Amino acid sequence: MLEIKNLCASIGPGEPNILKGISLTVNPGEVHAIMGPNGSGKSTLAQVLAGHPAYTVTGGEVRFEGEDLLDMEPEERALAGVFLAFQYPVEIPGITNAYFLRAAYNELRKGRGEEELDPMDFLDILEEKLKIVKWGPEMMQRAVNHGFSGGEKKRNEILQMAVLEPKLAILDETDSGLDIDALRIVADGVNALKRPDRATILVTHYQRLLNHIVPDQVHVLFDGRLVRSGGKELALELEAKGYEWLSEVAEEVVA
Amino acid sequence: MIDQYRAVFDALPTDGVPEWLRPVRQTGLDRFMAAGFPTSRDEEWRFTPLGDMTRTPFAPAGPPRAPVSQADLEPYRFGHPEWPALVFVNGAFAPELSQTADLPEGVMATSLARALMTDPELVEPHLGKHLGADATPFAALNTAFIRDGAYVRVPAGRTLASPINLVFVTSADADGAMTHPRNLIVVEDGARLSLVESYVGLGESAASFTNTVTEVTLGQQSWLEHTRIQRESEAAYHIGFSHVHQVRESHYRSFSMSMGGRVSRHNLHTRLDAPNTEALLYGLSIGHGEQLVDNHTTIYHDKPNCRSWEVYKAILDDHSRGVFNGKVFVTPEAQQTDAKQTNRTLLLSDTARVDTKPQLEIFADDVKCTHGATVGYLDDLPHFYLRSRGIEPERATQILTYAFAAEVMDEVAVDPVRHELDQVVRTRLGIMDRI
Ligand SMILES: Nc1ncnc2c1ncn2[C@@H]1O[C@H](COP(=O)(O)OP(=O)(O)O)[C@@H](O)[C@H]1O
Ligand SMILES: [Mg+2]
Repeated sequence: MLEIKNLCASIGPGEPNILKGISLTVNPGEVHAIMGPNGSGKSTLAQVLAGHPAYTVTGGEVRFEGEDLLDMEPEERALAGVFLAFQYPVEIPGITNAYFLRAAYNELRKGRGEEELDPMDFLDILEEKLKIVKWGPEMMQRAVNHGFSGGEKKRNEILQMAVLEPKLAILDETDSGLDIDALRIVADGVNALKRPDRATILVTHYQRLLNHIVPDQVHVLFDGRLVRSGGKELALELEAKGYEWLSEVAEEVVA
Repeated sequence: MIDQYRAVFDALPTDGVPEWLRPVRQTGLDRFMAAGFPTSRDEEWRFTPLGDMTRTPFAPAGPPRAPVSQADLEPYRFGHPEWPALVFVNGAFAPELSQTADLPEGVMATSLARALMTDPELVEPHLGKHLGADATPFAALNTAFIRDGAYVRVPAGRTLASPINLVFVTSADADGAMTHPRNLIVVEDGARLSLVESYVGLGESAASFTNTVTEVTLGQQSWLEHTRIQRESEAAYHIGFSHVHQVRESHYRSFSMSMGGRVSRHNLHTRLDAPNTEALLYGLSIGHGEQLVDNHTTIYHDKPNCRSWEVYKAILDDHSRGVFNGKVFVTPEAQQTDAKQTNRTLLLSDTARVDTKPQLEIFADDVKCTHGATVGYLDDLPHFYLRSRGIEPERATQILTYAFAAEVMDEVAVDPVRHELDQVVRTRLGIMDRI
């Protein structure tokens, strides 16, 4: 489904690489966890996959279902089925959540050659999805993420994911700063979406999310490189040992 | 060039004009003749290019060649047909287009010319009385030409169920013609009113000149929401002056929307003339092409314990220009004044520009007065956020532009007025579905 080969990226031409040659293959039905210390490049990887214009790809390639993902505009990637849950969801005062979700949902429908839904028909769909994040309809009349608590913003990302039903969901630290109940909601949201033809990449700092969502593979990102891959026990090892020991591993990888 | 205005004045019909009004008009003319048109050397008009306008020999507008019909006004309909409405075509009251059937007892909504004939004793205490030395030369010129306009009076304690529409229409063939509508709005003690004052141009290219003055007087504990919508032809000159006089515990809220005119200027002055008085001034300007949209506001905090809150926004595309000047005067007596002013401009092109200037003159020491101005382009991050959800870049720009406008439109208190306004803005920004 997703094939990343030797991906390098920086924040602009002439800038040092933040991603220094990442290779990763994600197959349909799989859940991959990417862990690593702060500043190792996890968000950069997630944003580059979503097409954030602030980053320049300096090498390598990415294929999504055989297509050149890096050649696609951000909105084309979304229509193709790639979804990024932002580490820092963006506030948009003046636009209601209901409108935002419907606009996005209708873009997908248009992309599939289907008719757009009016607010009433969309409401039926939305009501189902709201159950996943345990929200009432009142959150839909609030402006997108505006004045939301950290936890509410993360839940809103999960709601968007539930409405858009992506093939590949990339969750960038959606678990950070959540209490145990909110964490459950996020995990349930991801699990509810799980299907043999869909895949998930979980960027996380902690192993606790992985108690609720069992990953097929865990990767460790350190200084722009994937320095280790393994099963879910790797997450436990990281939890026990911390990230310091990785600098030696990283040197070996570079050498 | 200004001599032509004296000739117009001399030719004004005097029938039906009360004795007391003649010196008022004369004073207006004298003031205008003494001051002349402002130029870019006048600090107050530095950024407002009036040269072409002042050199044009505008003639008083006559009736349009083909009468304006209800159908012509349909695209500019604001609110429900049942709302009371006074419609003026090229400055003259058009009773056949107006709707004043179901006004509650005691409420008056009629033309000023009629009110001067039927109820001069109600008009005289207010007309021209509050407009002070701060009146612009244009306002003085308007006073010289006082003839017709809207007169609305809500007697003490009355509340109107629906908003009143005032619609000033310039016909498509009004190129080179001028109108000077003069409006008087009296909201007495404890009365409540929502008023929508619209200026519309039916032609795309009529270079007409509208020079309008609206005087508002608010009694004790009265409440007025005053929505002003300027959508004249984009070749037109629109100069407007609104003066509000407020007494104890009155609440004035204004939403001033400017999107028409080649050059438009609106002065909104409000005087908080008694303690515990409140004024909320909101504004939204939308410019494109070569338009210039100018807003000047002045808030006089004359008495203690008053609050003013002001948010003006502008959205400027292409080569358009915005001007904002916000004055707040706080007298030594006006302790405990709470005044906040915000001006925000969104530039949609790198050839659009804005000149913005707050002007706070504070002579009391125990006050809370702040101001802030921002000018900028759309943020990249929300734009990317929308795109990452499948929304095309042009559409994302539209949505975020609308969002910028919606934040200030949300402050309109009367629901149906806010919904209508929302429709006007969405149409103007090319967003057809409801957000
Ligand atoms: N837009 C940016 N501008 C400047 N530096 C950036 C930007 N994005 C990422 N970086 C830098 O790249 C490195 C990796 O950041 P990031 O991908 O956010 O790490 P993580 O998500 O793993 O904490 C950090 O040193 C960060 O400061
Ligand atoms: Mg991060």
